[in-house]
Amino acid sequence: MSITVRQAGIQTTVQDLGRINWQHLGIPMGGAMDEQAHRVANLLVGNEANAAALECALGGVALQFNVPALVALAGRDISASLDGAALPPWHTVRIPAGALLVLHNGCRTTIAVAGGIDVPVVLDSRSTCLRAGFGGMSGRALLRDDRIGIGAPSPLATHIHDSLASEQRTVAPWSAGLHVRPAYADQPTVRIIPGPECELLTEASRTHLLNEVFRIAPESDRMGYRLAGPPLSLADAREIRSAGVTAGTVQLPPGGAPIVLMADRQTTGGYPRLGDVIAVDLPLIAQLRASDRLRFAITTLEEAHALFAQREHQLHVAQLAVNLRFGSGRDDAR
Amino acid sequence: MLLAPADASSPYCGIVHHHKILPLGDRALALTPIQTGSIAISDWLRCLGEQIGDNPPPGLRALVPGLSSLTVHYDPRRTTYESLTGFLSAAVGALTIVPASVHQPIIIPVCYGGEFGPDLDEVAATHHTTPDAIVRTHTAGRYTVEMLGFLPGFPYLEGLDASLHTPRRATPRVRVPAGSVGIGGSSTGIYPCTSPGGWQLIGRTPRTLFDAHRTSPALLTPGDTLQFVAIQHSEFEAYERAS
Repeated sequence: MSITVRQAGIQTTVQDLGRINWQHLGIPMGGAMDEQAHRVANLLVGNEANAAALECALGGVALQFNVPALVALAGRDISASLDGAALPPWHTVRIPAGALLVLHNGCRTTIAVAGGIDVPVVLDSRSTCLRAGFGGMSGRALLRDDRIGIGAPSPLATHIHDSLASEQRTVAPWSAGLHVRPAYADQPTVRIIPGPECELLTEASRTHLLNEVFRIAPESDRMGYRLAGPPLSLADAREIRSAGVTAGTVQLPPGGAPIVLMADRQTTGGYPRLGDVIAVDLPLIAQLRASDRLRFAITTLEEAHALFAQREHQLHVAQLAVNLRFGSGRDDAR
Repeated sequence: MLLAPADASSPYCGIVHHHKILPLGDRALALTPIQTGSIAISDWLRCLGEQIGDNPPPGLRALVPGLSSLTVHYDPRRTTYESLTGFLSAAVGALTIVPASVHQPIIIPVCYGGEFGPDLDEVAATHHTTPDAIVRTHTAGRYTVEMLGFLPGFPYLEGLDASLHTPRRATPRVRVPAGSVGIGGSSTGIYPCTSPGGWQLIGRTPRTLFDAHRTSPALLTPGDTLQFVAIQHSEFEAYERAS
């Protein structure tokens, strides 16, 4: 029950939904950058939402499956193949033993495998903490020739697999609908809720923040995205005492170039917090590459929660649809 | 701003606990005390965190104390902002301040100067004194852990003598080894894992501050007091061999 890494790519890590409840010890939450892609990919292969999957930055990843498997790819601008034949993302795919899956290109691609990636749980999660070197595959990104374990597929996954096998299909004739995929864009507008220190911005800087285009700087990673754009400044440049931050917090260091904190962020920070990207728009940022562009817009907590509830409802309906079709009548996957 | 009276059973009863709550995105909020009277903010935050943690409301996902605020992560599928802020304001109203129990200070052995503390001489020069005097002052202090953050198990320590306050390095180091003891502005601290860092490095401890595979991954907890004790290079090596 394993996968052999033939090409590891730029940075491929094992991630689940992270370890949120260890932040009081300064331990980063980690987890999938694009939580929605991660959850949908798991849904397509009959896994629980929190099952560990591979997260690949850009492309150049080749995986050899040593056993038959059920796989789904999710993310933006994905180009992949299975033994040379093009492989569509957002579909369930049945992989025969020995087949080679190649991710040629992508932004931040989730590769979910039925049964989940089987690495030890450390502090309640299988996510890789690169900063402190624990979790995932020995606390590091994957390397060529690594062998990655796969967990036991769920009954639901087995039904999906058998159904595809009986129809002699590799790619399922159904896929995750557009309404459960994030609305990726080349230059997305991401919505923020103003943060505790937003009012410290000068009037001009506030206008810049909401009207100008920002570019993702090259020194961006799973910890945070540095943005290049018009420099922002504070009317009241007071020092902030180290305080909590979240995925999506937009910080402003003294240099005036904002940073959007991402999955591997520190638990606390000492820079003014201008705002926080809302949950449903985080996947849009997670899938941006260096030199991609974005804009910010302001929204309210009420709207953010309404959008979140709508997304969760759609994911729930998608889960019910999979259960109905493959749940063997006993609804055992609920 | 919300007002709530202190619990009458509190040893600090009569203090009005002013606090404010602001959203931090759509899945977290920040609770900040405005006025805690004679109570140290770190005690206030520690007690509030403990008392909420003992009886967590539905949908609460994590409590993260900062230096002057408490961040509350929640699941909007299981609670609403209104019900959570209502719960938190009630918790502030019922808050009982229990001073941190006074234990013997935790001893942090440090080999000062040399390869382990490459900035010790420069720190001494900044303060127009000798490296030995810096070490004497640093080891004479008693430090309180205010919070953990920045890195897994990294303690924010209160108690650095004003004569040791030293600006951070102009150019941060790309790699600060685990165990390094440094001074950054008015703070002193210990790097639990190898990381980039801009603090002035004055020594290194052989103690392991963070190990994800230990039952208690972090050596230190908010409220702990600690003391640095100077050791020789040979003692450092003996300590490392023993552990």
